[in-house]
Amino acid sequence: MNTPLFEGELIRLTPPDPDRDAETESMWTHDVEYMRMLSADPVRPLSPALIKKKYEEAEKEKATHRYHFAIRTRADDRLVGFVRLDHIEWNNGASQVTLGVGDPNDRGRGFGAEALKLILRYAFAELNLHRVTADTHEYNERALRFLERAGFVVEVRRRQAVHRDGKRWDVIKLGLLREEYKP
Amino acid sequence: MNTLLQGELVRLVAASAEKDAELLAQWSRDSEYARLLDSDPAHPQSVRRAKEDIQKWMENESPDNFGFMIRTLADDRLIGFVGLDGIRWTHGDTFVGIGIGDPEYRGNGYGTDAMRVILRYAFTELNLHRVSLDVFEYNPRAIRSYEKAGFVVEGRQRQALNRDGRRWDVIYMGILREEWERQQER
Repeated sequence: MNTPLFEGELIRLTPPDPDRDAETESMWTHDVEYMRMLSADPVRPLSPALIKKKYEEAEKEKATHRYHFAIRTRADDRLVGFVRLDHIEWNNGASQVTLGVGDPNDRGRGFGAEALKLILRYAFAELNLHRVTADTHEYNERALRFLERAGFVVEVRRRQAVHRDGKRWDVIKLGLLREEYKP
Repeated sequence: MNTLLQGELVRLVAASAEKDAELLAQWSRDSEYARLLDSDPAHPQSVRRAKEDIQKWMENESPDNFGFMIRTLADDRLIGFVGLDGIRWTHGDTFVGIGIGDPEYRGNGYGTDAMRVILRYAFTELNLHRVSLDVFEYNPRAIRSYEKAGFVVEGRQRQALNRDGRRWDVIYMGILREEWERQQER
């Protein structure tokens, strides 16, 4: 019962704090590579004001269908990314995870892996969900490896569903079942 | 040019919140229909709520949603709905949803016909690149219908549904423009 849910060794999950973080998050949205890894929406830099507005809109959604955390380093309480569970279907025990580490210099340092570990424990041991889905794009091999290392299995390839730089790529959907999850 | 929204058995028409809401609310009381349609808990809908839904999804002029009611050619009977939603214009991708609310018209080719019409609309009017859908493992009739319309299975989300005490997969299907074009030549 005393398992710390929000504390890793390198990072912790905290509530989002748009007043404090909007400047940093706005900076991340200017990184085309990052934005294209994260989403199929057209890349578009967002001002700090727009970021704050998005958080306000998200707060209107039912709180029990969306769990959004900021990822901060334990060493110096610096914002390095976000992780979120949403599209929660309580009747089916299904959910979707999205994770981003904003600054390229912070990638490959284990922050994302720890955050994913924490959010999966949250999904299976606190929310008692049955499965977690994650989407990525064919060109994002790093995300694919990252998810597979955490136990996710490729379940769906939506062929040619993303069109970028003149080429069509598959959207890859992965899933992790409760019984496959290794704490 | 005038037959874009007409098939062999049905035609696609605009929805009317005033006229159609009562029938939609009636369909929603059929739990079998509700469970075939989506993964939300089956829940009967009030007429008022059905009206709001039609206004939201079908009577608005959102550039990302195209919803239609399905009427039979033979006697102009309202039997279901079909719609494209969540169109991603930059990628030419959309999801399609269809429901045949009147049980007498299920399994008789009406849904397949309506799907063929909306595919033609998606590929020749909206000029999209692909159409996507998901369907539930316990709905083999729909899967057959989608295959007849040209969709292929692209994967399965394992155990994504929990109904009647067991877990079922959600099956993803898709059709590409080039596959649809080849089908038209036959």
